[in-house]
Amino acid sequence: MKYLDEYRDQRIALALAAEIVHCSTRPWVLMEICGGQTHTIMRYGIDELLPRGIELVHGPGCPVCVTPLETVDKAIALALRPDVILVSYGDMLRVPGSGSDLLRAKAQGADVRIAYSPMEAVKIAISNPDRKVVFLAIGFETTAPANAMAAWQARYKGLTNFSMLVSHVLVPPAIRALLVSQTNRVQGFIAPGHVCTVMGCKEYEDLVRDFRVPIVVGGFEPVDILEAVLMLVRQLEARQLGAGEARLENQYVRSVSYHGNLPAQKIMAEVFEVADQKWRGIGPIPQSGLRLREEYAAFDADRVFDLGEMTVDEPAECISAQVLQGLKKPTDCPVFGMRCTPENPLGAPMVSTEGACAAYYHYRRHSVAS
Amino acid sequence: MSTKTGVELNFDLSCPAPLPAKDTVLLGHGSGGKLSAQLIRDIFLPAFQNPVLARLDDQAIVNVNGQRLAITTDSFVVKPLFFPGGDIGSLAVHGTVNDLAMGGATPLFLSAAFIIEEGFSMDELRRVVNSLRQAASEAGVQVVTGDTKVVEKGKGDGLFINTTGIGLVPEGVDLSADRARPGDKVLLSGSIGDHGIAILAQREGLEFKTQIQSDSAALHTLVASMLNATPHIRCMRDPTRGGVSSTLNEIAERSRVGIEVEESSLPIHEEVRDACELLGLDPLYVANEGKLIAIVAPESAAAVLQAMRNHPLGAEAQIIGTVQKENAGLVTMRTPFGTTRIVDMLAGDQLPRIC
Repeated sequence: MKYLDEYRDQRIALALAAEIVHCSTRPWVLMEICGGQTHTIMRYGIDELLPRGIELVHGPGCPVCVTPLETVDKAIALALRPDVILVSYGDMLRVPGSGSDLLRAKAQGADVRIAYSPMEAVKIAISNPDRKVVFLAIGFETTAPANAMAAWQARYKGLTNFSMLVSHVLVPPAIRALLVSQTNRVQGFIAPGHVCTVMGCKEYEDLVRDFRVPIVVGGFEPVDILEAVLMLVRQLEARQLGAGEARLENQYVRSVSYHGNLPAQKIMAEVFEVADQKWRGIGPIPQSGLRLREEYAAFDADRVFDLGEMTVDEPAECISAQVLQGLKKPTDCPVFGMRCTPENPLGAPMVSTEGACAAYYHYRRHSVAS
Repeated sequence: MSTKTGVELNFDLSCPAPLPAKDTVLLGHGSGGKLSAQLIRDIFLPAFQNPVLARLDDQAIVNVNGQRLAITTDSFVVKPLFFPGGDIGSLAVHGTVNDLAMGGATPLFLSAAFIIEEGFSMDELRRVVNSLRQAASEAGVQVVTGDTKVVEKGKGDGLFINTTGIGLVPEGVDLSADRARPGDKVLLSGSIGDHGIAILAQREGLEFKTQIQSDSAALHTLVASMLNATPHIRCMRDPTRGGVSSTLNEIAERSRVGIEVEESSLPIHEEVRDACELLGLDPLYVANEGKLIAIVAPESAAAVLQAMRNHPLGAEAQIIGTVQKENAGLVTMRTPFGTTRIVDMLAGDQLPRIC
């Protein structure tokens, strides 16, 4: 497949890895933001190709992992209502809420359907006028334009039985929160290529300037990750020698432009507004999420169904907060692979295919001393 | 729901009945992954315990008056009923014939039971039955007994079929998932994922067009040519639901060995690979209905591979890996970059990713 095979090429990947070894003179801590990138690193063993001193820590960019427990509980409660069809992206179904998950709700008789696109939820609403269709609209900037388009279409078509349970998060405020934290160890970031395809690179200029931290927008294939690591290492090593400032660079040029996808940004801005947002495992981050604008209140499940506020605590044993901030590795968790497995996950990073804990469990537990 | 107040409802958001996985059957219990294995271990094995069942092979092999008889049964609930490359009727023959063939048996007779939902189209039923008849005749097996039940509208999903098969195991053939030994080679008869992707492409709500056909086929003649090359094949399995990864994991666990697969050796059609990339699925977990995996002693591997490639259903056969002492009970994959990762058994069904 074009744009895939050449980025999984063994010769290019190994040459990049050799160049990273050649360039690095000291240890560096780098964070890949996106769970898709974490998945690639684990699946192909990219970290094993790097010199010992270069540590990749895994960021909060797994949309399923950072969706608050309360949102999962609300989705389950809505799904269990006989008048509701709950439509969701597939990998939200197994995410544990505080007492159940959507797959179990389905086994109890809830009408839960998987969609690849939110527009399918709109179609379901049109063909089921006597039912209330709720789309679980979660994700980063990547899914926001399509989710916005679903709300826009529903309003345009005058649907009265369609709403969205929204939990949208934004990447730059999360990176800022990590960087201002006292405990931050990260010296360079691989920014998420698909988020930047929508939003462009420009959003990251402020972070580079304010914190003098190099950021490279990276893709998702092995060659992408290795090239992004090389670009970061080159910047960091050069600065060590007093040459140059931290810069924003774009490795994922085949998909990402400086300004991003303007029509996508337009529909997002028309339907959503920036709001404070709680991140599962991390907590509230100011101005780090999206909510439906007042004009779309009739499509906001939180308001339509009067779901109210609720606070639920994470299982005390789960260290996903530290994992999602790159402070700990999944294998540092005392219950990893023991009481917490993909079959019985204590936290979301163990359930999603993009979650760091699940990536370690699926791909690496043979090399982890137990 | 035209205003923001809409439907005013006051309901308790705490889940009324938290459900531990053990209290309810989930769809994942039928996925062929870890949940299925748990169900068999916790519910069925203790109830029926006997040494034949305990082997947990695709078929039971029992001794009757000096003859080794293979018996197997399988139920078919595929949706949609008709798909590119087959339908529920042909699948009901192929699935059961293959479960017999994986024990090295020559399939002889089938039973066929139909559970039909009230209101089901007579024309479609005829098409399914015709297809079943044709598949049985091509496979050289006879349907010698059957059963029909009709359930009320809404109490079934159109049509379910169960087939049971019996066959005879030739002398000298002894295939079982607990016979893999370090050094053995792992052979795969052809490209993976075709059936699962062909079915998925037909499902409601998935708007992608593809030319991919199900690989549904009866494998007993392929098995016969392989056994003809050498009777010393250790084990054969058809990687149906749960895909190649679940089958290899079962063999690794039953034989208490590690299995290392070479990623670059896996035959995967480009269309299947592309569809899996788009849908966020791993072809290693996608179902096949016309493929087999054989564990063969290293000295016989070349001869068996040649025999497979000489047969139309094994033309794309490959040696995909090696059995090893290390990592007992686990399947590992050697990536093109020389790194190694685990190929895990899934808990339940593969769920499409968000992005």
